[in-house]
Amino acid sequence: MSTATIALRDEVIRLDQTESREARRARLSSGGLMAGIGLVLLVLAFRTKGEARYALSGYFDAVQLPTFSLPGLPTVLVCGLITLAVGAGFLGGRLNPRLRAGAATLAGIAVMLGLVTWAASGVGLPFQISNQLAGTIALATPLVLGTLGGVLCENSGVVNVAIEGQFLVAAFTAATVGSVTKSIPMALVAAVIAGVLMAAMLAVFAIRYIVDQVVLGVVLNLFASGLTGFIFDQLVQPNSSQLNSAPIMQAIPIPLLSSIPLLGPVLFNQTILVYLAILSVFLVAFLLYRTRWGLRVRSVGEHPEAADTVGISVRAVRWQAVLLGGVFAGLGGAFFTIGSTGAFNKDITVGNGFIALAALIMGRWHPVRAALMAVFFGFVTQLATQLQSLSTPMPSQFLLMLPYIATVIAVAGLIGRSRGPAADGVPYTK
Amino acid sequence: MTELTTPATKRRATFQWRGIAITVAAFVLALLVGAILMIVSDPEVAGQFAYLFTAPALPLGAAWAKVSSAYAALAVGALGSPAALAATTREAAPLICAGLGVGLGFRAGLFNIGAQGQAIVGAILAAWVGFALQLPPVLHVIVALLAGLLGGALWGGIVGYLKAKTGAHEVIVTIMFNYIAVGILAWLLTTPAFLRPGRQDPISPEVHPTSTFPGIFGQLHVGFLVALLAAFGTWWLIERSTIGFTIRAVGANPNAAGTAGMDVARTTIITMAIAGMLAGLAGVQVAIGPAANGVPTPLSQGIVGSVGFDAITVALLGRSRPLGIVFAGLLFGGLHAGGLSMQSIAGTPLTLSMVLQALIVLFVAAPGLVRTLVPFLRERRAVVAGGQA
Repeated sequence: MSTATIALRDEVIRLDQTESREARRARLSSGGLMAGIGLVLLVLAFRTKGEARYALSGYFDAVQLPTFSLPGLPTVLVCGLITLAVGAGFLGGRLNPRLRAGAATLAGIAVMLGLVTWAASGVGLPFQISNQLAGTIALATPLVLGTLGGVLCENSGVVNVAIEGQFLVAAFTAATVGSVTKSIPMALVAAVIAGVLMAAMLAVFAIRYIVDQVVLGVVLNLFASGLTGFIFDQLVQPNSSQLNSAPIMQAIPIPLLSSIPLLGPVLFNQTILVYLAILSVFLVAFLLYRTRWGLRVRSVGEHPEAADTVGISVRAVRWQAVLLGGVFAGLGGAFFTIGSTGAFNKDITVGNGFIALAALIMGRWHPVRAALMAVFFGFVTQLATQLQSLSTPMPSQFLLMLPYIATVIAVAGLIGRSRGPAADGVPYTK
Repeated sequence: MTELTTPATKRRATFQWRGIAITVAAFVLALLVGAILMIVSDPEVAGQFAYLFTAPALPLGAAWAKVSSAYAALAVGALGSPAALAATTREAAPLICAGLGVGLGFRAGLFNIGAQGQAIVGAILAAWVGFALQLPPVLHVIVALLAGLLGGALWGGIVGYLKAKTGAHEVIVTIMFNYIAVGILAWLLTTPAFLRPGRQDPISPEVHPTSTFPGIFGQLHVGFLVALLAAFGTWWLIERSTIGFTIRAVGANPNAAGTAGMDVARTTIITMAIAGMLAGLAGVQVAIGPAANGVPTPLSQGIVGSVGFDAITVALLGRSRPLGIVFAGLLFGGLHAGGLSMQSIAGTPLTLSMVLQALIVLFVAAPGLVRTLVPFLRERRAVVAGGQA
């Protein structure tokens, strides 16, 4: 307690370093969280047997990189100590605020490494790092695109719980149009149109008819699930050879870059959607923060009355943002069919739209941060799948729950308040 | 109604008439859209439309045959016989319970999207009591019921606590808690305590007959009466009790309620706990209520179906009033029951009833759209408002 008092006294004297009550609570709770996880790792360290093997290359890669091993106990122990130290630094308030982000990242990496080492120790099979990276990219691509759709929508003040529905309809359209035309570009265009149409439904009910946006999102998801399910049952399944066998997108290697060992194939030998997703992050960030239109979008999301007073048409800007968001959600939806097996199945998106929504909130409505959160969710999900195949002591179901628990912790303000656009979800009527 | 009708009650009566008219119009519009969908998605019927101008009887007849046979099967399956009505009540019971939970949240200004997770937790506990414990007949049902209620209340209560203490938005937290509940169920079904002996696929043992809701007639079982009782209890709670008054006050204006000395945080927690309890009851209904084959479905991944999301539509259609929710639950229960017979008799997929359900709620939620599409209702409003039309 004495350190806390000293810290408090410090605040009184040095005004430039004062800390609001909210920030203080966030600092203490995230510190406590890290310290707790660090302690858990320390306990786990002494139950770690043998060594963990990490394989840098897949079995079939052209360039075979070595498989290296980490001794189980010391690695987990060091990771636990790092996490504990960072946690203690947060709790004590001794850590320079400028160093905090870096320290927290370090702790995050330590937690991951410690956890994987603990899980993979004493198991004969090596942990496939290239698999982990490739799987992360594959899982994160639709999430990134979906979350960008949400970012545009919500920054303009329209809550988008319907990302799941947009995904689903776009995935379905991509599969059927792709099957009929046998053309990837046509399927992508169709998916974008489908995403925009769903977005138009969201816009017309939210902006024109002022339906409560959360409820609307839930109903649109139900509608999308019913619509695609019905047409699938009635039309597609009986003719699946003509209507449900779309071509699959092929990876396009970028010359030179794709031959870098380990990272090359993961980042530079991907389908067009992956490149589009990466470009979209910068595009949306540029649109929102560097253009006049983006300023208008953010202004109608923060304070529509003020925007209206200076002559911005609130409804028109919101319509544009929601429809443009539909483009990205549509691209994301296409990934589930023509980006993976080419076939559609009922409810193929299995809640990814909600994860994209969670990434949006964890990323505090900012395109780059939201995309990073989407990558994190993809990483954790892939980790759970990988650990499942290693038959580790921890049930993989718990790892699969990690993104959701992380979201709850973030939303509950334990790592810092996530506050959205002020007028998010508030319809504008003159 | 009586001679003493004041202008205020008269206006209210008109308002209610318009509300019912819009609901009916929404229903009809949804059926129309569903019919168009059926025609467009059937290649044989849609192909006939090539002859629309040369031989109009051909496509129109085919379309009519398609649509009428499907909707007739739907109506017969939902209402056509006492057995069909009993099946409707069986489908309606969980919808009513979960709908009450969502509706109660709405009254307090809370979006309880988590009925799904609350129902799952309720179902887990009720089913566990059902298959793991050996108790005398009536007591066993009661213990299973209470366990389910407790589970739902806990799952909802945590969300209420987080909302009250940290200001976390309940929509996101409840969505996440749905997935956490799904994950817990998936994990439990791999543990020896829950996995049926001798099985590899995730399925639990069947619950003992002593813990099953007794049947009354056909598929109608005691669970439906429990749902009606829950509706009455919720009505009493909202309209006649002190906590209900507080809930409504907080829902109407939390700042004013706080200024008036009400404990908004406590009310939020209590509301979410009760809402979770009602959704948990929906889980109990599927865990120990007999399914169409006469025995309860054993616990598995999809045990509660989509009851939590359907409940949102039920609460919306029922305008968050317990009586309205009972009727809305019966309507959607009928759609589900009729959808099954539509699928088996007319060969129209069950998923159509899901489309209808979503469309009905969309139209009900946007009365402005219904007025645009149905001029009759708009003219009516013009007469009331301006006296010229």
